[in-house]
Amino acid sequence: MGRITLSKVTKTFGDVEVIPPLDLKIEDGEFVVFVGPSGCGKSTLLRLIAGLEDVTSGEIEIDGTPATDLPPARRGLAMVFQSYALYPHMSVRKNIAFPLKMAKMDPAEQERRVLAAAKTLNLTDYLDRRPAQLSGGQRQRVAIGRAIVREPEAFLFDEPLSNLDAALRVNMRLEISELHQSLKTTMIYVTHDQVEAMTMADKIVVLRAGHIEQVGSPLELYRSPANLFVAGFIGSPKMNFITGAEAAKHGAHTIGIRPEHLAIAQEGGSWQGRVGVAEHLGSDTFLHVHVDGQDPLTVRVPGEAGYRHGDTVSLTPNLEHLHRFDDKGLALR
Amino acid sequence: MARRATGARKIVVTAIAWGVGLAIFFPILWTILTSFKTEAEAIASPPSFLAFEWTLENYVEVNSRSDYFLHFMNSVIISLGSTLLGLLIAIPAAWSMAFVPAKRTKDILMWMLSTKMLPPVGVLVPIYLMFRDFGLLDTRIGLIVVLTLINLPIIVWMLFTYFKEIPGEILEAARMDGASLWDEVVHVLTPMAVPGIASTLLLNIILAWNEAFWTLNLTAAKAAPLTAFIASYSSPEGLFYAKLSAASTLAIAPILILGWFSQKQLVRGLTFGAVK
Repeated sequence: MGRITLSKVTKTFGDVEVIPPLDLKIEDGEFVVFVGPSGCGKSTLLRLIAGLEDVTSGEIEIDGTPATDLPPARRGLAMVFQSYALYPHMSVRKNIAFPLKMAKMDPAEQERRVLAAAKTLNLTDYLDRRPAQLSGGQRQRVAIGRAIVREPEAFLFDEPLSNLDAALRVNMRLEISELHQSLKTTMIYVTHDQVEAMTMADKIVVLRAGHIEQVGSPLELYRSPANLFVAGFIGSPKMNFITGAEAAKHGAHTIGIRPEHLAIAQEGGSWQGRVGVAEHLGSDTFLHVHVDGQDPLTVRVPGEAGYRHGDTVSLTPNLEHLHRFDDKGLALR
Repeated sequence: MARRATGARKIVVTAIAWGVGLAIFFPILWTILTSFKTEAEAIASPPSFLAFEWTLENYVEVNSRSDYFLHFMNSVIISLGSTLLGLLIAIPAAWSMAFVPAKRTKDILMWMLSTKMLPPVGVLVPIYLMFRDFGLLDTRIGLIVVLTLINLPIIVWMLFTYFKEIPGEILEAARMDGASLWDEVVHVLTPMAVPGIASTLLLNIILAWNEAFWTLNLTAAKAAPLTAFIASYSSPEGLFYAKLSAASTLAIAPILILGWFSQKQLVRGLTFGAVK
C-alpha cells in the first residue's frame, strides 16, 4: 500500500533553503499533483520522496515504516523522468525488464510481466527496438512500462509530458489517468501545467518557494483559493484582480473574479470599458476589456461573441463567485 | 541559405583534402622509401623517388645489430601498462568529477591540464635523481609510472568529457529500478561509456608508444623501447639515413597499423563533444 507521510521535511542546498519545514500526507491510492511555477521546489520534493536527494532534516514514512535513510532502490517506488531516462543500449524488452532483473526475478516471470506491460501500453510490436528507434510518445510509454512491471507502492512522475507535443500530451494525460483508474496505486505527479493538475489530480498541492500554499481537490482550489497566489495560479485564463476603491466597496483589499464569472452587456453593468484584443477559440471567446484605472479584465463568453475591438461594453461580476482577499493576500471568508 | 554541395565544389574539396593528407603523410612515406635504399642512394642529390635499386640490406643490418624484438616488447609493455594503470586511476576520478562534482572540480581539471604545459625538461633532474635513488633507471616499471603520470591529465579529461555526456537521470533511473552502485556501473554506465573508454585507451597507447623524451632519458638498454632503438642509429658513428629509416619504419609500423584499424574510434574520441 502506498501511504506516504512527510513530517517537518526540509532541504537546503548550501545556504539556500529550498524546502522550509513541510508536512504532507498522501493517502493510499491517491493521485496527487505537485504544481507550481518553475523553481518552486516541486521536483526537489519529489526527489526527496524518491530518495534521490537526502533530506536536510525531518522524516519520510512510506506505509508507516521510516524511509528517510533508505536508498531509492529500497523504497518500493517507481519513477518516470521528464527525459524518459531509458537505457539507450538496451532493447525495449530489456529496458522494461531491468527492474525485474535487478530484483533477481525468475526469467519466465520477467517475460510474463514484460509482455503484460507491453500489452497494456501498446508496445508489443516494439519490444526488440532500441529507444532511439521510437517516437517521443512511445519512449514515454516504455518509461511507464518500466515503472509498472515492478508493481511499486507508488509511482512518481517528474513532468513526464513536458517533452511531448500538445496533441500527444493530451493523449498521454488520458492514458496516465486510465492507468491510475485500473491500477489504483498511489501516484505523485509533478507539473507546472495547471491544466494537467486540474484534469488528473485527486488532490493538488500548490507550491511556491518550497512552501505549500494550499492542498485540496481541483474544485476546492478553483472555488475557494486560500490566497492570491493560488487564485491566480489555478484556472485558465487567470482570475482578474481588482484593487482600490472597487475592492473596498466589497470590504476587501483585493477582489478576484474569474473570466467566466463576468457578465458582459452593451450597457447598464457595474464597470464600463472598451474591448481590446478578442481571442476566438470557437467554443469560447476571451475578451480583454480595458477599464479605467484597472488592469485589463479578461471575460470569457461561451461561443462566438459579437464584440469587436474598440466596442464599448459594460461588465457585471457574479457576486456569488467574487473572491475577497485582505492586504496580506489571504482569502477573506 | 543552406550551402549546396555542387559537383565542382566536391571535386575541389576532395582535391584539397588529398593534398593536405599527402603533405602530412609524405615524411612517413619518404622514410619508408629511404629504408629500402642503399646508404649512398639515401643521400644522393637529386634524390630518386621510386627508380632506385630496392634492397632489404638495411633491415638485415638493423636486425643483426640490435634486438628489435626486445625493444618492441618494451614498447608494448610500457604503453599498454601505462595506459591500463592510467585508466585504473582515471575512471574513478573522471566518474566522481562528472557525476558528483564539487565546487572546485572545474579548477582541478584545469590545474591537471596545466601540468601538461610545463616543459618536461624542467623536472628532468629531480625525476632522474628520484629514479636513481629508487633504482628505477632503465626499468619498465619506472617508465610505466612516469608515462602514466604524464598522460593522466589527458586520460582524465577525455573520460570526463565522455561521462559528462551520459545524462545523470539515466543513472538515477537505474537507482530507482533497484540497481546497486555495482549494478549501475556494470549494467548501465560502462556499456554506455565503452566507446569513450576505447578511444581513450587507443589514443593513450599511441601517445605512450611515441613518447621519446622520458624514454630516452630514463633508459639505457634493458628497458629501452623503440624510440631508443631509433635514436641509437643517429649516433655515434654518424648518420646512416637508410638504416635510421629502416629502424624508424620498424618502430612506427605497429602503431601505424593499429591507428589505421581504429581510426573511426580515434576520430570520434578526438572530436567528441565538439559539436552538439
